[in-house]
Amino acid sequence: MIGAVASLGHATLAAIAALGRIALFAASTLRHMFTPPFYPREFGNALLTIGWFSLPVVGMTAIFTGAALALQIYAGGSRFNAESVVPQIVAIGMVRELGPVLGGLMVAARVASSIAAEIGTMKVTEQIDALVTLSTNPMKYLTAPRVLAATLTLPVLVAVGDTIGIMGGYLVGITRLDFNSATYLQNTVNFLEPWDIGSGLVKGAVFGFLIALMGCYFGMHSARGAQGVGAATKAAVVAASVLILASNYLLTEAFFAA
Amino acid sequence: MIELIDVHKTFGDNAVLRGVNLIVPKGESMVIIGGSGTGKSVTIKCVLGLITPDSGTIKVNGQDVTKADRDEFLTHFGMLFQGGALFDSLHVWENVAFRLLRGRLKRPREEAREIAIEKLRRVGLKSSVADQFPAELSGGMQKRVGLARAIAAEPDIIFFDEPTTGLDPIMAGVINELIREIVVEMGATAVTITHDMSSVRAIADDVAMLHDGVIQWTGPVSDLDSCNDPYVTQFVNGRAEGPIEAVR
Ligand SMILES: Nc1ncnc2c1ncn2[C@@H]1O[C@H](COP(=O)(O)OP(=O)(O)O)[C@@H](O)[C@H]1O
Ligand SMILES: [Mg+2]
Repeated sequence: MIGAVASLGHATLAAIAALGRIALFAASTLRHMFTPPFYPREFGNALLTIGWFSLPVVGMTAIFTGAALALQIYAGGSRFNAESVVPQIVAIGMVRELGPVLGGLMVAARVASSIAAEIGTMKVTEQIDALVTLSTNPMKYLTAPRVLAATLTLPVLVAVGDTIGIMGGYLVGITRLDFNSATYLQNTVNFLEPWDIGSGLVKGAVFGFLIALMGCYFGMHSARGAQGVGAATKAAVVAASVLILASNYLLTEAFFAA
Repeated sequence: MIELIDVHKTFGDNAVLRGVNLIVPKGESMVIIGGSGTGKSVTIKCVLGLITPDSGTIKVNGQDVTKADRDEFLTHFGMLFQGGALFDSLHVWENVAFRLLRGRLKRPREEAREIAIEKLRRVGLKSSVADQFPAELSGGMQKRVGLARAIAAEPDIIFFDEPTTGLDPIMAGVINELIREIVVEMGATAVTITHDMSSVRAIADDVAMLHDGVIQWTGPVSDLDSCNDPYVTQFVNGRAEGPIEAVR
């Protein structure tokens, strides 16, 4: 019994220590992001790999989510004769929650893993050491451009996802649920408030920061060997996903709690 | 001149360095020998500040390395890593010219590229290699690119970590000769890590033997065969019997 309590205590302390280290890493990243030297080439590459190449994944996720959402809201709404709210609820559900969260999770799977694997491999093949001996700070050269690029591109990806998701709902609405095309769009546009969309974009920026941060953190702290890199990659995706969901709840509380 | 005074380093419960004392005079070529996993790489990583020793002092040209301006300090060093450590997302020439493309030695890309191609030629590589990626090269060529990168900014002190490991004997001979030539013509202080006796004889002015976390023996390479230190004789002759445990 005491053993169980003790090990629970150890686990808790270890988790708190890990969070502390991540917070310090985040602070250091922010500092390096805003102090020269800057590496525009690295930043450009990161924009491309994190932002541009994530578009298909985010788009696919959004269109199917929007479509399924429309069907469910129609089914749920019909139980109390409120089928007509489909456009409004699809829109608000997409832009406030599902766009940023599902987009964030998909990008986490894609980007946190690849950043962690890349930086982890650099760590175990001494490329990070080589950077240091070549008078280049790995935090500035590797971490800062990736984190900055992810923070800036995720809101754009979310905006694209929102649009495609709403379109998915619209397509189901007019083809399967007998909505009038013009009315559906009119209802969507009239209903959405700027902050509905803005809050989702802010969430996207936070998620982007967390995704790249976790990729870099676990990559930089990768243990040695191929197994070390594998473990780092897994940890980065798990940590990024959990942090996205947790921070999503906190942000939703902060933005919308009555 | 590089001085290590009573340097200790422990990883977990693995006491790797247990009081290393070593002096490398300016302009000398020192070779550190010792079995795998004895802490040779850790020793030079301590000098470069890649690993922080638990205790002890390391001085370069009389200055404590922990008190030096890191940027300025590192511009004096070149390092060839054990596995090459080339950046695989960059072209060969960008690897060689890495230091010349950013930071305090930054210069125009064209000029940096020319210097890189010249350094590649110095290590016996054709200029067509410049636009390839490191992964497209053989092991021997990667070592040469690593060598070119290490000397690109004309350092005063160069470290070579196992420059010939994993190469065939002929390529190893070529690399040994290159290192010797480069060290002589640059007048640099060199520290080479190896467990390859042919490298030792080709490169060394002085030899130091690391075992059990301390320097067991150090002396000029000419004394290597006549010395009667049991560790050195066992290592040089590759015997299974002796003070060094064969099974670790
Ligand atoms: N970053 C590290 N973390 C933990 N252990 C390390 C680290 N670097 C080296 N070691 C350990 O230190 C010992 C010496 O390593 P190294 O200096 O690489 O040996 P070698 O003499 O072959 O170059 C090995 O047992 C190795 O496992
Ligand atoms: Mg080594």
